[in-house]
Amino acid sequence: MADAKVIPFGSPDDGHERRGAHERRERPGERHLRAGPAGGDHGDERAHGGDRIDGDSTPDGEWERKTAQALAFLRRRVTGEYEVDDFGYDRELTDQVLMSLLRPLYEKYFRVEVRGVENIPDEGSALIVSNHSGTLPLDGLMMQVAVHDHHPAGRHLRLLAADLVFMLPMVNALARKAGHTLACSEDAEALLARGEAVGVMPEGFKGLGKPFSDRYKLQRFGRGGFVSTALRAGAPIVPCSIVGAEEIYPMVGNAKTLARLLGFPYFPVTPTFPWLGPLGAIPLPTKWTIQFGEPIPTDGYPAGSADDPMLMFNLTDQIRETIQHTLYKLLVRRRSVFF
Amino acid sequence: MGRVVLVTGVARQLGGRFVRRVQREPDVDRVVGVDVVEPEHHLGGAEFVPADIRQPDIAGVLAHHGVDTVVHMDVHGSQPAVPGTGNRSSVKENNVIGTMQLLGACQKAPSVRRLVVKSTTSVYGGAPRDPAVFDESTPAKSMPSGGFAKDAVEVEGYVRAFARRRPDVSVTVLRFAHVLGTCVDSPLAAYFALPVLPTVLGYDPRLQFVHEDDAVEVLRQAAREPRRGTLSAGTFNIAGDGTLLLSQCARRLGRPTVPMLLPAIRWGRSLLQSVGATDFSPEQVRLLTHGRVVRTTQMREVLGFEPRFTTGETLAAFARSRGKGLLPPETLARTVDRLATMVIPPREDGRQDEDQDQDQEAGRRG
Repeated sequence: MADAKVIPFGSPDDGHERRGAHERRERPGERHLRAGPAGGDHGDERAHGGDRIDGDSTPDGEWERKTAQALAFLRRRVTGEYEVDDFGYDRELTDQVLMSLLRPLYEKYFRVEVRGVENIPDEGSALIVSNHSGTLPLDGLMMQVAVHDHHPAGRHLRLLAADLVFMLPMVNALARKAGHTLACSEDAEALLARGEAVGVMPEGFKGLGKPFSDRYKLQRFGRGGFVSTALRAGAPIVPCSIVGAEEIYPMVGNAKTLARLLGFPYFPVTPTFPWLGPLGAIPLPTKWTIQFGEPIPTDGYPAGSADDPMLMFNLTDQIRETIQHTLYKLLVRRRSVFF
Repeated sequence: MGRVVLVTGVARQLGGRFVRRVQREPDVDRVVGVDVVEPEHHLGGAEFVPADIRQPDIAGVLAHHGVDTVVHMDVHGSQPAVPGTGNRSSVKENNVIGTMQLLGACQKAPSVRRLVVKSTTSVYGGAPRDPAVFDESTPAKSMPSGGFAKDAVEVEGYVRAFARRRPDVSVTVLRFAHVLGTCVDSPLAAYFALPVLPTVLGYDPRLQFVHEDDAVEVLRQAAREPRRGTLSAGTFNIAGDGTLLLSQCARRLGRPTVPMLLPAIRWGRSLLQSVGATDFSPEQVRLLTHGRVVRTTQMREVLGFEPRFTTGETLAAFARSRGKGLLPPETLARTVDRLATMVIPPREDGRQDEDQDQDQEAGRRG
């Protein structure tokens, strides 16, 4: 942990610094080699260390290193020599491409401020429960980037998504590659059993597609199935509150007939959409805050309590209240929607 | 007195291989192979009985040879390789009616002690609302509406009914993922043999494979007395470790893909069939849309079987046996390497070995 502090964590200079730090963190075993005489047999690792320590970052060398990395990546991609897990999670693609595509949105557009990311345990399973809003599930993706880029142990968040995601062409393939899977207890249990950090948004479409007037009012938390899943796995529950996503698409109306026709749970009408066509689908550049709360342990309960409905209701309520109160606190603290 | 094993569907390559393998078992006395047509491959001295399992004669075969182990492998997705033996309806008849007759005969044969049925993971269907990984106990959200998958569901239903009526018989159902190998003639193997692979635009299914050696081995293991600490009665998913995406398979096989719109594929199936895709059934389209991955914990822990080949190794072996595609991965890798030397000319100093490191690293991963 000591050298995690050495890394200028929230340093405002540029994103690359942070990303570089993160890449190094991915290999915990080699973390300490950095300071010593470049001992790793890993080419780009050494280049990283070298750049950092003796300041030998000539733009030429930097460029060469990056090109070499890109070509090695390309080589693996075109020959198909990469690994995906049973859920279709393509870790390399997520790290190198998908997260890089989302990062500008995260850093420059929504300027996400992350707090308490260390509340997600460094290892072992955890269930991150968050509020859901914003008409399109951008909040989930931003949460994934937040954990990916800022967690001290470089954890990867595995999101649980609605079945609609897996019905849409393109979207389903990308979602699987980014590590998302269907929000059902089987998949959640399988992921938690592997010790993954799993993200879930129990409000579902009720939260995502709620009218603008109901912003920051948490909807019902499904049937609370996520609590019993976490309890069975003994995984701590980390409540997460996201502020800023509610205003990206202020949903003032819902074209229900059109939605039914298209098979969507709702069809949003915002001040700009669908009036301005594709232009209206650009989200408003709000300023976001993602706050991860104190983990709630679930391993102290006696066996069989996952089937105790009263306990489930109480725990669900406790988590819901925590998220709601954090939302209020963050809202009071917020200076403006956009800054 | 050794065991007498009856194997159905021996005219198929996999059936033939299994017969040859099971004969070498020390406690097996005799192996009887049954099929409608004479197999083209040799059966290694096993007795071949030309019989149609759709006819009641099969009961006579069971009684005459005093069979105690029945391995039912005559459930197929595609038409037999021999020409002139009918269309889809006759395949279905063979699968469903054949299984009914065979099970009826087994029920009447008191000598039968063990039944092994080769089934498929397509019984799970595969839909966006299904969990990502299927357990043996996962109910299918959407039942297969037709084709081989429906046959397999019905066959498994009859097998379960048989197990209830003859509780003294040990019944094993093996749900195989796609079996690939040098000699297996499955629809998926035929698909992978196409020069250009048509895929469904916007979908990248997850696939799992079983090597034919592993398939034969697990059948052999299920057909004999279970080892200590293992149990062979029950239903088991059989698949190699790991998962591959279809795009990944295409790249490793060196075959370019043509993404097509789903409706276009549905309409253009007949066209594709005439072009050479032998069995582009709705079920195949569904597989290529949603894919299917099963959990194999039961296979390891209860059946005690460890496949020798992972999914990736199975595909590699298959690729070697089928020859190069239009875009062999080695050529692509060489192109990238050449590009690398063009963009980054190797220098005299330390940079060079760093590049080599990169290459070695790529080589290790690749």
